Amino acid sequence: MTDKLIPTKQMPPGLQVDQVDDRIMTLNVGPQHPGSGHMRIIVRIDGDYIVDADPDPGYVHRGEEKMAEARNYILNIPHLERPVIHDSCNILYPYVLGVEDLVGIEVTERAKYIRVITAELNRCIYIQYWLAIYGIFLGHSTMFMWPAGDRELLIDLMEKITGARVTHSYFIPGGVRNDVPANFEDVCLRQVNYFEKRIKEYADVFYDNPILKARTEDTGVLSREDAIRLGTTGSVLRASGVDYDVRVKEPYDVYDDLDVHTNVLKAGDSYARSKIPWLDMIESCNIIRQALEKMPKSGSIRTKLKPNPKGKDEEVYRRVESGRGAAGCHIISKSKPEPYRLKLSVGSFRNLIALPYLLKGEKLGNMPAVYWSLNYWPVEADR
Amino acid sequence: MSTAETTPPPKATPPEKVEASAPSFEKSFIDQITNHFSDDVEVEYIKENRTRVNVKKEKIIDVAKFIKDNTPFDHAESVTGVDFPEDKEIGVIYHLGSYTDPAYSKQVLALATRVPREENPNPGNDSTKLSSLREIFYSVEFHEREIFEMLGVYFEGHPDNRRLLLPEDWADLPPLRKDFTNKGR
Amino acid sequence: MLKELITPQNANVFVGKLGDILYKAVDQPLGMAINWGRMWSLWPVHIETACCSVEFGAASSPRYDVERFGIIEAFGSLRQCDLVVVQGTITRKMAPRLRLVYDQMPEPKYVIAMGACAITGGLYFDSYNVLPGIDGILPVDVYVPGCPPRPETLIQGCMLLQEKIKRMKAR
Repeated sequence: MTDKLIPTKQMPPGLQVDQVDDRIMTLNVGPQHPGSGHMRIIVRIDGDYIVDADPDPGYVHRGEEKMAEARNYILNIPHLERPVIHDSCNILYPYVLGVEDLVGIEVTERAKYIRVITAELNRCIYIQYWLAIYGIFLGHSTMFMWPAGDRELLIDLMEKITGARVTHSYFIPGGVRNDVPANFEDVCLRQVNYFEKRIKEYADVFYDNPILKARTEDTGVLSREDAIRLGTTGSVLRASGVDYDVRVKEPYDVYDDLDVHTNVLKAGDSYARSKIPWLDMIESCNIIRQALEKMPKSGSIRTKLKPNPKGKDEEVYRRVESGRGAAGCHIISKSKPEPYRLKLSVGSFRNLIALPYLLKGEKLGNMPAVYWSLNYWPVEADR
Repeated sequence: MSTAETTPPPKATPPEKVEASAPSFEKSFIDQITNHFSDDVEVEYIKENRTRVNVKKEKIIDVAKFIKDNTPFDHAESVTGVDFPEDKEIGVIYHLGSYTDPAYSKQVLALATRVPREENPNPGNDSTKLSSLREIFYSVEFHEREIFEMLGVYFEGHPDNRRLLLPEDWADLPPLRKDFTNKGR
Repeated sequence: MLKELITPQNANVFVGKLGDILYKAVDQPLGMAINWGRMWSLWPVHIETACCSVEFGAASSPRYDVERFGIIEAFGSLRQCDLVVVQGTITRKMAPRLRLVYDQMPEPKYVIAMGACAITGGLYFDSYNVLPGIDGILPVDVYVPGCPPRPETLIQGCMLLQEKIKRMKAR
């Protein structure tokens, strides 16, 4: 079939070249590409229009779930947070809540508030990086520099609390590892107010920009029924008109005491999907301010576990709203220190199914705008 | 009410009967399912907002279709595959959620089934087969592909049973089986 | 007068000394100039391999600006780049692609191994799909440890690479 071009027997599997047909050409938008991230998309194009798109994830598949079966509940924390290193609190959250259900411990109020504050800070840090990479994909270099610079303000706050810029390993079953520093509330309030003032300027520079609008409006339109049928989650769902946010619908920790407003847009195109995370960030700043007011001023932040905690003989499934969408953790335990089976259900993997669905019929030039607007972090989807 | 092959191994706590413990909200859709299917399913109320339906693998399509048409559960959130080598079975659990009905937004229904497991797997050509739920819940497409490559369960009716995450030249056992161990563990 | 200096007996000594003079006057400064040019314009290939890419992106952000060292990560084609920063874990699926990318780059090219996973496999050393370090497939010049390394550590790694280039033979 392909002997005319390159003898494919010499190339390792997966790197073979397809025959060039009369009209349809197969292109690899591969792992080394300024518009693809850590993933390959095999597109078949007819001139300028995409006929078929086949995502090929798995370039960062490190076997997290298999590794989790050999380590106990505490040793699992550092490697389970590496799928999204800058949003590590939100991806550990369902795991920690699940283990607390299994082992049966209560968390103190102050620890719950600290968890909510760090989870919201991490959500903002993740969304800023996502916007920065969106800028690179669209060729808008200011959209890379401003978010990447502004997120350093919040990374400073996380460093004051946990000691690390990213991959904090801060949540543990029973609370958090250490307390916040002395006058943290004032510093955090000032920093978050300044951050909110900065991101409100994005409305003029980025979202009213005629070039961004021309590139992203009316591309990759996902209707409401399709968004529900495809099982998408997070900002992709809310940009298509479905009002669903796990923090409001199934509140965990202290979210039922806080006032969380869900942002919903009806258009369903890439422009709406790129605007919802920015609105979510402004909402996060409100949540952080409320939580700082209501947080108990003193108290213990950690309930000590027995050494080598064993889970009960049952299953749990807990969900949390992370930066990408609903992240869930399904743990099956059999009264041993290690989990029997740990499954992470991540927002990126659930949104991946929208990619081949939306790219059919699009122009090839619109592919980066549609692909990254699905709020897809390739390292997390591969786990 | 329960059949021998689909009962999960006995838990430490005695299994609670549906009539005694389920609050009335969950009871409404639990009763719908049990009345329609009587002997083929076993429905349990695990705890608040979490219900579990155990089915035999032959009936999974009918039960899933019934749930999709008559209850507000409209999408599948995640699909988990578990290997039970002592029972010689592989379990597949679908977690279903609801986006359309606000009263059901906290509920997660776990639809669980089991398929037989062979000692030397030959994925695609042995008895570890299950009907795919892709026609009913479209969102399971990539999840089922992942279970195919990680555990060797072949989904009949799925248009595209091939690798998703593993390298193209993977020639070893499916990794999430218990007989495959990482080096040194 | 030149004919009296260069006799058939000492012509080869004269040629040797001339070669010495040419080397000191022309070749060495030329080499230093070429190395100086290479040091201050290392262009990395745009390949993001795993989670350390977040800190590599943060190194290009306005706070830890790595662009002032000439390292600009904005090029589409790898035929113009001369630096591969292997960011993070390399899986068995990614390894042939990484080698292909390295082979397609023109000489001279340099490799920085960033993160513990690229040096020895790191936290994932016993996983089934992970390569324990990239030493087996690429010749590494500088190792930058950390999980993930801070952007300042990465910049220090680039400066170590610059010192290595300064000591290299230019041709």
